[in-house]
Amino acid sequence: MARVLVVDDDQALSEMLGIVLRAEGYEALFCEDGSKAQAIFRETKPDLILLDLMLPGIDGIEVCKQIRSESGVPIVMLTAKGDTLDIVKGLESGADDYIVKPFKPKELVARIKARLRKDDLKAEQLTLADLTIDVIGHSVKRNGKDILLTPLEFDLLLALARKPWQVYTREQLLTEVWHYRNPADTRLVNVHVQRLRSKVEHDPENPQIVMTVRGVGYKAGP
Amino acid sequence: MKFFYQFKQSWNKSLSLRIISTTFIVSTVLVTIIGLVLINRVSTGILSAKESSSLTEASSAINEAQKVVTATDTGAGEPTLSVVVDTAVTALAVRAGQSGLYDVLFLASSEISKQGLPERGTNLVSENSVSNELKSRVEQTDKLLWAYTEIKYLDGRNVPGLVVGAPIQINNVGTYSLFLLFPLDKEEETIGIIRSAVLATGIFLIFGLLILVWYLTRSVLAPVRKTANAAEKLRMGLLNERVPVSGEDDLAILAGSFNSMAASIQQQIGQLEQMSRLQKRFVSDVSHELRTPLTTVRMAADVLYESRDQYTGETARAAELLSTQIERFEILLSQLLEISRFDAGVADLSLTSINIKDLIEKTADSLSNLLAKQETPVVITGTAPNIDLDQRRIERVLRNLISNASEYGEGKPIEVEIGSDDDAIAVVVKDKGAGLKPGESSLVFNRFWRADPARARTTGGTGLGLAIALEDARLHSGWLDAWGAPGKGTMFRLTLPRNPEKSLAKSPLSIGVGDDEKLELDMTALQELLMSEQKKNQ
Repeated sequence: MARVLVVDDDQALSEMLGIVLRAEGYEALFCEDGSKAQAIFRETKPDLILLDLMLPGIDGIEVCKQIRSESGVPIVMLTAKGDTLDIVKGLESGADDYIVKPFKPKELVARIKARLRKDDLKAEQLTLADLTIDVIGHSVKRNGKDILLTPLEFDLLLALARKPWQVYTREQLLTEVWHYRNPADTRLVNVHVQRLRSKVEHDPENPQIVMTVRGVGYKAGP
Repeated sequence: MKFFYQFKQSWNKSLSLRIISTTFIVSTVLVTIIGLVLINRVSTGILSAKESSSLTEASSAINEAQKVVTATDTGAGEPTLSVVVDTAVTALAVRAGQSGLYDVLFLASSEISKQGLPERGTNLVSENSVSNELKSRVEQTDKLLWAYTEIKYLDGRNVPGLVVGAPIQINNVGTYSLFLLFPLDKEEETIGIIRSAVLATGIFLIFGLLILVWYLTRSVLAPVRKTANAAEKLRMGLLNERVPVSGEDDLAILAGSFNSMAASIQQQIGQLEQMSRLQKRFVSDVSHELRTPLTTVRMAADVLYESRDQYTGETARAAELLSTQIERFEILLSQLLEISRFDAGVADLSLTSINIKDLIEKTADSLSNLLAKQETPVVITGTAPNIDLDQRRIERVLRNLISNASEYGEGKPIEVEIGSDDDAIAVVVKDKGAGLKPGESSLVFNRFWRADPARARTTGGTGLGLAIALEDARLHSGWLDAWGAPGKGTMFRLTLPRNPEKSLAKSPLSIGVGDDEKLELDMTALQELLMSEQKKNQ
């Protein structure tokens, strides 16, 4: 049973989230204060975090950075603002996905499922440029050294590496990696490609592994 | 021509050039007129004084000459004619004195001149100094005659002068003409001096006036220019710009009023900025504060809705109503927030290159459920090149227009026409439903306006959709307009400029019906109007 940590100061919403999560068969854990989030995360080791952006203590973006610094656990932001700036800031601080309030329970569950989904993985080993990707071990190595990627970043790299000949549009990647059925915010893709590049590229300014195809999207290089 | 053009330009631009040129022209004309009048009066005065003194002198001199001639003539012995003439001329020369008050010409008249009679003149004065006309007139009169002339000397000198002539009778010989020539060179000299003095004074006056005017214009214009510069800076947003105030004159009042105006503008802008900040803050707060409880309610409603099978009929229906109305509430809230974002001026565009036809097809696709329910086909015609648009906003406009058309189109096909020209692209969405009543086409964009209040609540829609669509079009510097007539359906036209910097002059597509039909419609409308007026009067 997957465990979901809900970091939100609104008690009613937390309780309701708990009801919905339990109905879907998840175990729900709660944290009401941003400053305690990291401690509770360490203590409970959840499989996924639902994180409100506006929190007492320290705000959601700071919490996101703290947790991301020590773990690649999937983080889905709950944001009350449709504000472009806040969403981008949240994604850049390490969130994998976001959902704007008010949302339907089904939408939320779909987002959670997408992030917790484990593909039927074949034991395969892929190489992309000088990277070695171990699919089962969820690890990426360069010259025998591990490169630490979050599960989302790993999925993104894997999707590109499996079909190095294919140019993916941002919408295709949203479907493939984020499991969106409807068109969604392509900034999700942009932000995570940047994060992935900062980890795997020799020179992120001049990417050789995750290439941009102007006007279309991305492909695995070279 | 080019010079003239340049001059005209600087003439229009420079106030000081205009003032100085006008002053120059007017003062030159005035000084010239005054100078001419002055010189004229002075020279007339001088010359007439000289004239009258000369005539007095001449008349007594001629009397004396006549006496001398007569005396010599009747004296003892038989003096020769040349002695008579010499005596007379000498007497006159003595009378004229050393200073040479006048010169004398003593000539035989034409009737006797052929006989080689003696003629005399003083000081080498030439006979040509007297015009023939005067000579002949003098012969035929017994009075004093005079005229202005040029006195010519045999040594080549020419002097302006006055000539006075009279006949002198010499017994046994006949008539001689005596001419006294008064040189006017001193008077001419005096007039010349006065003339140059007047000229010098005039020039000095004009220059003095020009310098004075230039100085005055400058001292008035400099602060005006400073104020203009300050106003320009103020316009560019430098709200702290002020003009130095010195003295208490009109210019100081100008500077003072300008400064207080600038201060008041600065204060008002400050207030507006403050209000705008508060508004933005408020929108953001409302957004957050409302959305969190709404999310909870929404989830609770959904949980109830999902398990409505477990309830009895009425409770189940209540759960259904709760769920659908929360959805409606949500849409309304998000549209209200969108509108308040427009009102606060914080709406921004995120542009990407978009093909409008693809976007329309995509929008129609996403509305396929609704369109299928209304059994309304959508026919798309025409194409347009890609332009930079905010996809989310334009898609929202299109969705609004198409769903509107399907709602009011009574199941008849919706026509979507695309057009473009060099400056803009346009989309016309046309339904063949009941149409709009006259005057309603300007009302449809009003917030919460409904065509028919009675049927309003049964159809969906919040009444904000078209208001938001209009704002979205405006944010793209575009137009959204509507046309409709009873029984002729409704048309909405979205026009978007290719270059948002350039304002739209016309749309690539026309809206409304053909001219003939339109005329007919106008007539119908007119008749209806007349009938209703008649009814009112009765």
